Amino acid sequence: MASEKMTVARAMVKALEAEGVTTVFGYPGAAICPFYDELIGSGIRHVLVRHEVNGGHAASGYARMTGKPAVAIATSGPGATNLITAIATAHMDSIPMVLITGQVSCEQIGRDVFQEADITGSAEPFVKHSYLVKDPEKMPVIFKNAFYIAGSGRPGPVLIDMPFDVQKAEIDFEYPETVDIRSYKPSVQGNKLQIKRAIAAIEKSKKPLICAGGGIFTAGAENLLRQFMRLTDIPVVNTMMGMSSVPADDPLFYGMIGMHGVKSANYAINNCDLLILLGARVGDRAVTAISRLEGATVIHIDVDPAEIGKNLAATIPVVGDVKNILEQLISCAQNYDHYDWKQELNEIRKTQDKPIEAEPEGCVNPKAFIRLLGQKLPDNSVVSADVGQNQIWTVNNIGLKNGRFITSGGMGTMGYSVPAALGAKAARPDSEVVAICGDGSFQMQFMELATMIQHDIAVKVIVMTNNRLGMVRELQTNGYDNRLTAVFLDGSPDFIKLADSYGIPARRVTDIADADKAIDEMLSSKGCYLLEVRVAENEKTIL
Amino acid sequence: MKHTISILVENHAGVLARVAGLFARRGFNIDSLAVGVTEDEKISRITIIADGTAYTLEQIEKQLNKLIDVIKVRHLPAEELLSRELVLIKVACLPSQRAELISLAEIAKAKISDITVNTMTLELSDSVPRIKTFEELLRPYGIKETVRTGSIAMQKGGASMKL
Repeated sequence: MASEKMTVARAMVKALEAEGVTTVFGYPGAAICPFYDELIGSGIRHVLVRHEVNGGHAASGYARMTGKPAVAIATSGPGATNLITAIATAHMDSIPMVLITGQVSCEQIGRDVFQEADITGSAEPFVKHSYLVKDPEKMPVIFKNAFYIAGSGRPGPVLIDMPFDVQKAEIDFEYPETVDIRSYKPSVQGNKLQIKRAIAAIEKSKKPLICAGGGIFTAGAENLLRQFMRLTDIPVVNTMMGMSSVPADDPLFYGMIGMHGVKSANYAINNCDLLILLGARVGDRAVTAISRLEGATVIHIDVDPAEIGKNLAATIPVVGDVKNILEQLISCAQNYDHYDWKQELNEIRKTQDKPIEAEPEGCVNPKAFIRLLGQKLPDNSVVSADVGQNQIWTVNNIGLKNGRFITSGGMGTMGYSVPAALGAKAARPDSEVVAICGDGSFQMQFMELATMIQHDIAVKVIVMTNNRLGMVRELQTNGYDNRLTAVFLDGSPDFIKLADSYGIPARRVTDIADADKAIDEMLSSKGCYLLEVRVAENEKTIL
Repeated sequence: MKHTISILVENHAGVLARVAGLFARRGFNIDSLAVGVTEDEKISRITIIADGTAYTLEQIEKQLNKLIDVIKVRHLPAEELLSRELVLIKVACLPSQRAELISLAEIAKAKISDITVNTMTLELSDSVPRIKTFEELLRPYGIKETVRTGSIAMQKGGASMKL
């Protein structure tokens, strides 16, 4: 490709096009205007969010669908700092993103001028890497490297800070075709010897267990995981990030582990003699439930060597891409039969299903509602859960078979579900995308209803309302002798009227008997829809 | 347990901040830090003495390796370590004490870098324990100021840390 003279701003757009970017999420401002000016006439769709953090979350939802780095844009200063929570959220969940921020001109940097913020410095703990582009000629290679770093190895957010004068500078633009970063060579292939040891351990094991995490999606290894578990007859549990990697109704699937997981999964992880961790870092919320893993062999398969041995000691560490390693395991593994072990787990599973309790007048049992929703959703649906009780009700009851569950797993960021769903829907316009949140989290993000209307991104939003910050309320009930403070959401709007003011059809469900019809109405609606589900104010997280 | 870690990094602005930030946010303790350019001017070497268990050391190495600007990380085992610090010590020194201090400097192989009517500045490059001993010997005279670099370290023998 011959080089061409153009401004850096134009070259930025060209670079995005070369990376195959078709949609970006952003919010303009003075310092990023040269770039926005060049977006006019490009084929790239710009989705104008209503707050920068939601641009970041929308890019996160988008990236989780495509598996490729998604782009969010903000201006300098407050625009950039508003992105930080989204960057941190993506970092914790290993989501590939490229964040582009405007910056004040180079000669003004460090003088505390209007809308100046040291964004590379302040975001440093939460990025996989970042660049402050001071030399215009380096912009093409920085963009190339940023996309490569964000999307390869253990993915993560990469920030590119673009000073105003740099965007306006002229360069000879030629987009590099290859990447060569001498200090960054992620391992993909697992060590052959370690894979052999893993196979030997699987052959020897009487009670093996696979714990699959978010790395399954990162690697695009859902089908290989299903193939591997069926071939080897090994039961599977998930971390929250791994949920929906295996069909919920598969006889080999025993649910989510951890503090908010289910009994069968936690029993399995405490009683297995071989634990195969697949793309799971087993964070503290997942590990708390592991009390007696001593004596069990642990095979830890992860692309990030730093995760192996960090939270759980590994007997057989295997560093590499989960997809690649699963392929190698499948080629060596045999048919095994773990009938006795499965029977043991099935007995536990039978005892964990408690009957659904009657609810107070005017309230819906959230577990029953989510189960019904899960049964009615089309097979390839995307469900985006927020953080709090709504998240746990959803993750344990939605029962997705071939759909996709997304949530802010590591960071636990309230206000994630709606913008992430918006991003997911932009990437998969033909799938049903449902955001599920509480009345607390909804009020952190409902400004994005306007974005959905403006850009015709038809997300279905379910708001579980009880006028409480439910999970904190429960914590205060159980841990602080029921001294409730700052958990009452008095002053909240009428969500049906709110939706109406955006022109979004909405309905309130106060009786489980009406849920069936309401869900049908929501799913048959072509555009956006808001469904409010009233739940009891003292509803428990683990039902 | 003290560990000496030698890190080759890209000689860019901001790299030291990334390395120092990583130690701070992950709760790793830095006892000493020294930075300088290597034989290749595009590469700098950071030598860090860190305190921690074997688990901490493993995490330090792995987390450092994740930083994109870090090219190579090496834990230098104590038995193979060639380690030096440089110290400048300004001590009170009356003309009558000069001969004593000069002989102390000779014993320690320190240099006399500066001298005034009532002070003497000594310069010593040596291992940390020997520098400490030297400092103790000078203390009775009245140390007015001490400046020390962090330790720099290299592996003994013919092998070298290459890319």
